[in-house]
Amino acid sequence: MKQKPRVAVFDFADCEGCELEIADLEDEILDLIDIVDIVSFREVMKEHSDSYDIAIVEGSIMRPMDERRLRSIRSKAKILVALGACATMGGINKIRNQWMPEEVIKTVYEDANLKGNDLFDVFKTKAINEVVPVDYYIYGCPIDRDEFKSVITAIALGKKPEIPRYPVCVECKKNENICQFELGKFCLGPITRAGCKAICPTHNSPCEGCRGLIKKAETDCVKEVLERYKLSYEDIRRRCTMYNYGREECSVDE
Amino acid sequence: MSKDFSVHVEHVTRVEGHGNIILDVKNGKIEKLEWRVVEAPRFFEAMLRGQQYNELRSITSRICGICSIGHSLASLKATEDALEVKISEQTAMLRRLAIHAENMQSHILHIGYLVAPDLFGVGSVFPLIGTHTDTVLKIVKLHRLANEMSDLICGRTIHPIRLVIGGFSLVPTEKQLVKLKSQLEEARTLTTDIATIIHSVADSLPDFTRETEYIALSSDDEYALYDGVINSTDTGKHPAYRNYQAVMKEFLVPQSSTAKYAKHARESYMVGALARFNLNSDHLHPAAKEVANMFGLKPINYNPFMNTIAQLVEFSHSIEDSLYWIDLLLERGVREEKPVKVKVKAGRGVGIAEVPRGILVHDYTLNSKGYCTKANCIIPTNQNHANIQLDMEKLVPEILERPEKEIELTLEMLVRAYDPCISCSTHYLDVTFV
Repeated sequence: MKQKPRVAVFDFADCEGCELEIADLEDEILDLIDIVDIVSFREVMKEHSDSYDIAIVEGSIMRPMDERRLRSIRSKAKILVALGACATMGGINKIRNQWMPEEVIKTVYEDANLKGNDLFDVFKTKAINEVVPVDYYIYGCPIDRDEFKSVITAIALGKKPEIPRYPVCVECKKNENICQFELGKFCLGPITRAGCKAICPTHNSPCEGCRGLIKKAETDCVKEVLERYKLSYEDIRRRCTMYNYGREECSVDE
Repeated sequence: MSKDFSVHVEHVTRVEGHGNIILDVKNGKIEKLEWRVVEAPRFFEAMLRGQQYNELRSITSRICGICSIGHSLASLKATEDALEVKISEQTAMLRRLAIHAENMQSHILHIGYLVAPDLFGVGSVFPLIGTHTDTVLKIVKLHRLANEMSDLICGRTIHPIRLVIGGFSLVPTEKQLVKLKSQLEEARTLTTDIATIIHSVADSLPDFTRETEYIALSSDDEYALYDGVINSTDTGKHPAYRNYQAVMKEFLVPQSSTAKYAKHARESYMVGALARFNLNSDHLHPAAKEVANMFGLKPINYNPFMNTIAQLVEFSHSIEDSLYWIDLLLERGVREEKPVKVKVKAGRGVGIAEVPRGILVHDYTLNSKGYCTKANCIIPTNQNHANIQLDMEKLVPEILERPEKEIELTLEMLVRAYDPCISCSTHYLDVTFV
């Protein structure tokens, strides 16, 4: 029998919620263990190996020391998967990029002398692909467990994972939700990548854009929504400040 | 016997976030012993500046994946305090269910997936799937139930959706609550089973004590989680909640840590399940008291390793108290209430809640347009860092003659007992130097 691919999970600056989503697969994780060997996953296991085929990387990159660690992970992995909003696009960690790092540090640490202290040597937040090449992206804040399973299964079987390019509205309509705009709220669904099963509008809350922006051309299918509420891609884009700070349409071409 | 050795644990495993343990011994003398927090700082305090009042909850939920419901609730309480929003009785009840769901989810994850491997002498839960299948399946079942309960009340376990200013964007139906009720009733036996199993291996928990101060919310009416008054085993109650900084004095140790530490009456204090148990055990449900009795856990217990057992006690309490609130909700009938309308105004608000790892504070100042101009959070794990360090300083001399591997494992177990949430703890680093 062919050897199972060896998988390692790593985390950088983030809340570790996406890793927790993996743990929350509960017994379904056994299906995954059938097709891959988990050789490193610090949040839940003590064992660690530096020999792996697939690295799953969560979190944003904040410091030169993190960059060095990420490069070392990349050099050992055949395939690198960015996991969750912080890794795939910087996520909320990029909110602080509207200020220079020195300013942010001063706000938080006041006049403390932190010169030469590696722990505090912070640059502007970077997504994983701003430091090393990324092979696959699993979007969301947090990720969707089913999508995680299907992406990892596809990779383990040597297939290309299917990631939606259409907007959240498509899934929202499928769920027969009342449009958030109809309820007087402002929703980022028309220009945000689907794949989350429109979970936020389904719980009667507007989409906050955590899976990143789709390309403008892909919004044709929601033309009707945009027209009804007199909106354009650009109008909504301007409100995407929580997860998509400094991003134009989706920057990775899957 | 004098010996030279070092224990350097880089990135302690089976905890949330990145922390290191450094121990250098020369000629049988401890030269260096440090608990280091090396997580990258994330600057939430700076990020919240300029954000609108209705975005603060979504952003601060992302401080922590494990306790995102707790952060959301503390955040909402702070915003509602600033805007003088009064929530309905039903909302207060449902929020109690939300906090119980998170406590159960987080505690069973810690007990079953993170601590149990130490007690069974393995590196993770994975080998236990083969050797202790029945136990693992029971833990999985309880963890799944807690997650389903979070999903039902909050829309999602990690980064809840339904928790909004002034109430809920959507409330569960009575039918759903009836189903949840029967699931919780079934979970009673499972909980006793897990308690019995943990009890059978509890000898592996080190027998260690160090007197310290415990801080938690307390209430006259209930085992305080969602609401209460700041209470200390050293100094008693501190009702002036907006003046929390008089109790939780934070400081930075920048040479070794990106997280703030905290102290009050002594050099350190402890928060979390054991602190709550030590202060509030009178208000526990009888079933939870029974679990405590099984382990001989009595207030005030000064063994930090017993924090895991206190979590088990709380797990049982959360099941019983949830059943109480569900019954009450069903009796009154669940109403499809819209969240309370908000009138934006300038002001400062403080929200305090007990979350799985201890007492959590969010403090926001809003301008007249509802934008945040200043934010502060006191994170449970921050408040425990100094206590972990002092525990290590007392513990290591007591076990110095043991094999290095055992010393290393005991130190890791100590850190794990606190159930630290290190990525949480590196967010608010504004600063007083020691």
